[in-house]
Amino acid sequence: MADLSKLYSMNRLYYVLLALGGLAVLGGAYAVFMMEHHGHIISGMNNQIVWGMPHVFAIFLIVAASGVLNVASIGSVFGKAVYKARAPLASLLSIAMLAGGLAVLMLDLGRPDRIIVAATNYNLTSVFAWNVVLYSGMFSLVIVYLWTMMERRMNPFNKAAGLAVFIWRFVLTTGTGLIFAFLTARQAYGSALLPPMFIVLSFAWGLAVFHVVQKVIYSWNEKTLDPAILQRTKNLLGVFIVGSLYMVATYHLTNMYFAHQTGFERFILMDGGVYPNLFWWGYVVLGNALPLLLIYFPGLGKTRCVMIASMMVVLGAFALLYVFIIGGQAYPLNIFPGYEVVSSFADGQVASYAPSLYEILLGFGGLAIAFLITTVSVRVLNFMPQDKPYISD
Amino acid sequence: MSEIDTQRRQFLKTSAGAAAIAIAPGMMLYQTAQGDTQAASSTVRWGMLIDTAQCKEGCNDCVSACNKENGLSGKTGATDSQWIRKIEIKDVSSGRALSLPMMCQHCEHPPCVDVCPTQASFKRADGIVLVDRHLCIGCRYCMMACPYKARSFVHETLTDQNPDVPRGKGTVEACSLCVHRIDKGQKPACAEACQNKAILFGDLNDANSDIYKKVRSVASVQIRADLQLNPGVRYQGL
Repeated sequence: MADLSKLYSMNRLYYVLLALGGLAVLGGAYAVFMMEHHGHIISGMNNQIVWGMPHVFAIFLIVAASGVLNVASIGSVFGKAVYKARAPLASLLSIAMLAGGLAVLMLDLGRPDRIIVAATNYNLTSVFAWNVVLYSGMFSLVIVYLWTMMERRMNPFNKAAGLAVFIWRFVLTTGTGLIFAFLTARQAYGSALLPPMFIVLSFAWGLAVFHVVQKVIYSWNEKTLDPAILQRTKNLLGVFIVGSLYMVATYHLTNMYFAHQTGFERFILMDGGVYPNLFWWGYVVLGNALPLLLIYFPGLGKTRCVMIASMMVVLGAFALLYVFIIGGQAYPLNIFPGYEVVSSFADGQVASYAPSLYEILLGFGGLAIAFLITTVSVRVLNFMPQDKPYISD
Repeated sequence: MSEIDTQRRQFLKTSAGAAAIAIAPGMMLYQTAQGDTQAASSTVRWGMLIDTAQCKEGCNDCVSACNKENGLSGKTGATDSQWIRKIEIKDVSSGRALSLPMMCQHCEHPPCVDVCPTQASFKRADGIVLVDRHLCIGCRYCMMACPYKARSFVHETLTDQNPDVPRGKGTVEACSLCVHRIDKGQKPACAEACQNKAILFGDLNDANSDIYKKVRSVASVQIRADLQLNPGVRYQGL
């Protein structure tokens, strides 16, 4: 009987979680309604900072959605059993985060009611238009991939579907990086390094999200993760963190190498107020240095440490994206190289931006969509990793 | 027999008359809305030559004329639209100061058109870069891509619009080179308003036009020429 009362309380907790997620989605919907009604005047965005907080949330979710599939790829493409057992959960998370991210991106549009125009009037030269295809293709591919894993008769196609997803997500994250890489006029963007940088960042962010969700699911089911498995995935997270730090460092160092970009680097790394602080404290220290310490420092690296490290990686991701997206626009666009400029349109001035409550509500609404999809799916379908007795492969 | 026929004729006549009365105003409105159906010609390349020596610091006539012509509020807050703005620039090494107007440069290879996901940003055959307000979904990617910060996003509900220049909340807009005036054979409002004749407007392809001759006789540059966008607006004395 004791077990039964526990079951009841778990059941209650599930509905409480659903209600909380639903509430956050409602908050997002309210923000969308208000922005539709009043216009973007109620957001913190303006004619200088045209992409704001919603884009930070959306791009985090989309990049992490691609990266979390790494777990699935290592299983399906490279045949590692430990990862293969986790492929369904990774795929589910990918779909959930993609849905959340795309919802935020679309609902922030000036005219979200016209979204169908993106399909009826397609511009072949636009990276955004390519991404419409890449995102919807990813959605369908991952669903097919899940089908090949969860339906026994479809199992023979699993390897092929896994390979397709593996290739598609590389192209997808390249597409996300290209959105910025093609902005040649802006000092912060217009670098060929951005697509590979986003790919490596996606590995770290996706795995960090996966660690957190996996831990919650194991606790929910009152199971303990085999320490040997955690040992492997935490080492992988460590490697991804080092890799992403390397890519970010290279991006900034190449910028410094070009004389006309040094002003921008000085702004983002030293003089820019909130941006250097977020970069060094938020991204480098909280998002990279401390997680690495928690993973590799002798005596640490246990379950709790890996969880905290993973959450720090996620927070660091938000810090980096804020610096990259908003700091990149805040630095004045150099229209007249070699001249000091002043105008009524903020030429030559650092643009100011303060995110409004509506933007934050919309961003959390996107997170909540991902949360709800994951929570409901994990409850109704079997996404619990099924490990065989440990095989070293 | 004949009685029935009369009734039938009467009925047909009345119906035809009623139908004509119902359709006629619609047809007239349709024709009015169509306006001049002649398409823009690709033999024309509209452009401007701005003489910075003639442009006076503190003078805002072009900006005021643009605001009036296009129904802009004239406010300069962070969320207000500015289709044309005056920039005061100073050479860092020599200290030489200049004043000049900046607006959409009407590039031959416009980045805004490249990046627009819905083809809302487009270039007319005569070189004018425009936004189709019916297709714009308000993603602001064109604003990120424009090297001249020429575009504004409509952040709030608009009132008192100029019927010739429809605008819309949630869409992006920019200098249209006063396309509605050009199509009536007039100059853009800014060029007409400039008392110092600093803005020379015309067809860059027409060998008889003033702008064609002047571009070939005086030194002028395109801003951010290194990006190779070939803007239709050129600056003299920069």
